[in-house]
Amino acid sequence: MRTATVEPGIESRVHYLNASYGIKSWLLTTDHKRIALLYLASITFFFFIGGAAAVLMRLNLITPQGALLEPATYNQLFSMHGIIMVFFFLIPSIPAVLGNFLVPMMIGARDLAFPRLNLLSWYIFMVGGLFTLYAVIAGGVDTGWTFYTPLSTTYANTNVISAALGVFIAGFSSILTGLNFVVTIHKMRAPGLKWFRLPLFLWAIYATSIIQILGTPVLAITLTLVALERVFHVGVFDPAVGGDPILFQHLFWFYSHPAVYIMILPSMGVISELVTAFSKKRIFGYSFIAFSSVAIAVISFLVWGHHMFVAGQSIYAGIVFSVLSFMVAIPSAVKVFNWTATLYKGSISYQAPMLYALGFIGLFTMGGLTGLFLATLAIDAHVHGTYFVVGHFHYIMVGGAVMGYLGGIHYWWPKISGRMYPDGWARLSAAIIFIGFNLTFFPQYMLGYLGMPRRYAVYAPEFQVLNVMSSAGASILGVGYLIPLVYMVWSMRYGPVAGPNPWGAKGLEWQTPSPPPTENFEETPIVTEEAYAYGTEETQVA
Amino acid sequence: MHSSNAALAEQFDDLQQQHEASSLGMWIFLATEIMFFGGLFTAYILFRNFYLPAFEAGSRLLDVRIGAFNTAVLLCSSLTMALAVRAAQLGKKGALITFLLLTLLLGLTFVGVKLAFEWRHDYLEGFAPGVNWTFNGPDSRHLELFFCFYFFLTGIHALHMVIGVGILTVLIIMAGRGRYSPERYNPVEVSGLYWHFVDIVWIFLFPLLYLIGGRY
Amino acid sequence: MSGHVVSKKLYFLVFAALIAFTGLTTGVAFVNLGKWNTVVALAIAVSKASLVVLFFMHLRWSSGLMRMVLVAAFVWFAILVALTLSDEFTRQWTPVPSSWEAQILTNRPAAIPESNRNAGRGS
Repeated sequence: MRTATVEPGIESRVHYLNASYGIKSWLLTTDHKRIALLYLASITFFFFIGGAAAVLMRLNLITPQGALLEPATYNQLFSMHGIIMVFFFLIPSIPAVLGNFLVPMMIGARDLAFPRLNLLSWYIFMVGGLFTLYAVIAGGVDTGWTFYTPLSTTYANTNVISAALGVFIAGFSSILTGLNFVVTIHKMRAPGLKWFRLPLFLWAIYATSIIQILGTPVLAITLTLVALERVFHVGVFDPAVGGDPILFQHLFWFYSHPAVYIMILPSMGVISELVTAFSKKRIFGYSFIAFSSVAIAVISFLVWGHHMFVAGQSIYAGIVFSVLSFMVAIPSAVKVFNWTATLYKGSISYQAPMLYALGFIGLFTMGGLTGLFLATLAIDAHVHGTYFVVGHFHYIMVGGAVMGYLGGIHYWWPKISGRMYPDGWARLSAAIIFIGFNLTFFPQYMLGYLGMPRRYAVYAPEFQVLNVMSSAGASILGVGYLIPLVYMVWSMRYGPVAGPNPWGAKGLEWQTPSPPPTENFEETPIVTEEAYAYGTEETQVA
Repeated sequence: MHSSNAALAEQFDDLQQQHEASSLGMWIFLATEIMFFGGLFTAYILFRNFYLPAFEAGSRLLDVRIGAFNTAVLLCSSLTMALAVRAAQLGKKGALITFLLLTLLLGLTFVGVKLAFEWRHDYLEGFAPGVNWTFNGPDSRHLELFFCFYFFLTGIHALHMVIGVGILTVLIIMAGRGRYSPERYNPVEVSGLYWHFVDIVWIFLFPLLYLIGGRY
Repeated sequence: MSGHVVSKKLYFLVFAALIAFTGLTTGVAFVNLGKWNTVVALAIAVSKASLVVLFFMHLRWSSGLMRMVLVAAFVWFAILVALTLSDEFTRQWTPVPSSWEAQILTNRPAAIPESNRNAGRGS
């Protein structure tokens, strides 16, 4: 292992990391790049807590009797796993880390529209996280991350209100981040940067922000109603007094279905960037991909009832939601076709970010197709509430969103840190993650189809083999996630110094030094070429 | 490309961009508020449809005179707020502070009347769900649902008013220090947008809660 | 510095209209129009809100983008209401075989007793 000699140039140059020192300069920063790193640290922390819950769950599921944990404890673990992974890892991940870092840079701006609001968003996120951690420590919550009534309002004797409050608060962080991005992208683009010259990552972030802005408030009021019902014993969701528990599900899923698109859209944006950069070729069908992001954002709000096909929802509403759910698959498929067409006859290199992108395309497609199974009323009647659903959403969230996140982190790491990570180790981790992931979650499709219900601490003995396979896969996956933690941290000190554009990629963020100065650009750039203008001139690899 | 002007924040290129960005930001925030109240309104529409007689009975139990008075108070406060923004645009510091103060007082009047006369009355009469509910007549559970919505809707609305009062206080202090000028009055303008929004919510709450039916 | 300055006269006119509308809607509530009472009340509320939005909130003189934001919010609220009600209002449509209906009506379980309902209250 070579240790890199530190070039004298990099240390004497002032950039955002060394512009000021001390904890106050980080905790009171308004620099979007530093805020991105604050989020990076926080969500990594939450990822490993949510991951720890998953480890315990998978250990328990090695035996049909679930000898490791009490069922009540198991219920708390899957609830905390869901709450932390969804609200404190996946939803912030790419927008708050890569979005915060890159949005101003990709449009040639000095910062976001509202830098102090950006810092406030992070603090709000941390406060929400604290409330949720308090709920964990104080004995957990066992309603699932879905807080279904009447369990959550009437019967649960766990920390529903603190957990709901934590999520409520974190929701504000999400709203404010989305608001910041929309205003920034509308009002602060550099001269010449028309909408259809924007990198596709920004189209994805913009679409995501629309969902965050319009959907999250409904979650907020819904959780408020749950808390009010618990405190005052009133009956909005209580059938005994004329309330409707399904109303809760409508209000909850109105947000939570679009929320899953908050989790996947930014990742798709990353993949668009990776596929084009590592094929050295202009993306195929730029406007189709751009429009498909917006289409996904809009249609995602029309499909929530597919979570409630067997909940007591009317059959007629079910039919409507089923048809709409089929429609929402179309723009996603458009993206997959366009990425594939981009790869065709491209000059492909297989560095770690590209491995993650290729993994994404395959795994997301599988997850998406199983979504169509679930959108089909007749099939959903059999697989709702089984491990088939668990397999489906993990293929999208982990095989899709997390791989996109990791690919993006690797791709932009030289820009963020000024150093290159060791690509050999990165490729190895990507491979371990891919193998571990499939071993964990493919058996779950089979388990679900065979009838194993989800959210159960115990199961029928005939399911054991597949469960053991899944748990074995989970241990491999865990190793795969830990390795990058080590080498990324290592690279910050010992990695080879990176130039402004180590990948030879197109995009304004590569026109500025690595790491960038606090104000991003010496002078505001003027954009004269289309996005991804590969092949029009030699791009210097520096 | 950043023109130097004390009123211009670092990240913006000129005052025009700053002004537009801040207004757009507030409109987007108001969109989130529409969705926030929207969830409650959805539930309200549902239950009013299912239990119309109980909702009508509950509505008749509210004092329409107080409701109408409060509506007028809020409309007045919107007028004074609009005049305050106008004063800021014209650089008239005295008028600005006067109108902000009037708006603040009207807002406090609204909240005071609501708490001291309406809520207190309902609580004492036993129409406060979960806290003091004593009505045992026919359809009492559905009547209780109506009052749930009454207290939730007016309560969350009142909370927004109180936040608005806080914002106005800050504005008054800042205006007193001469922080606003025709070049930089966006904080006043966007606070005005927020205040008008809270008024609009009440414009809908008044008929939906007080005028539901059968007062003839 | 941009920003349309509105005349005081216009503001006062709008205010007068708002008060008039408030009086109107209160008065109409005492008149029996059957189901039109709701329609009239909502129409008046929408008119009042429009006056506030257009004139007090300056949307009349604002860019298309801000109008789009407002329109989008209302459209999204409409989606929430429409699709939720599409379920809630059509649940009773599914016909039940007559023999089942008889069973449901005779075997309807009693409401959950109070003592059981609040068991295990946590925080």
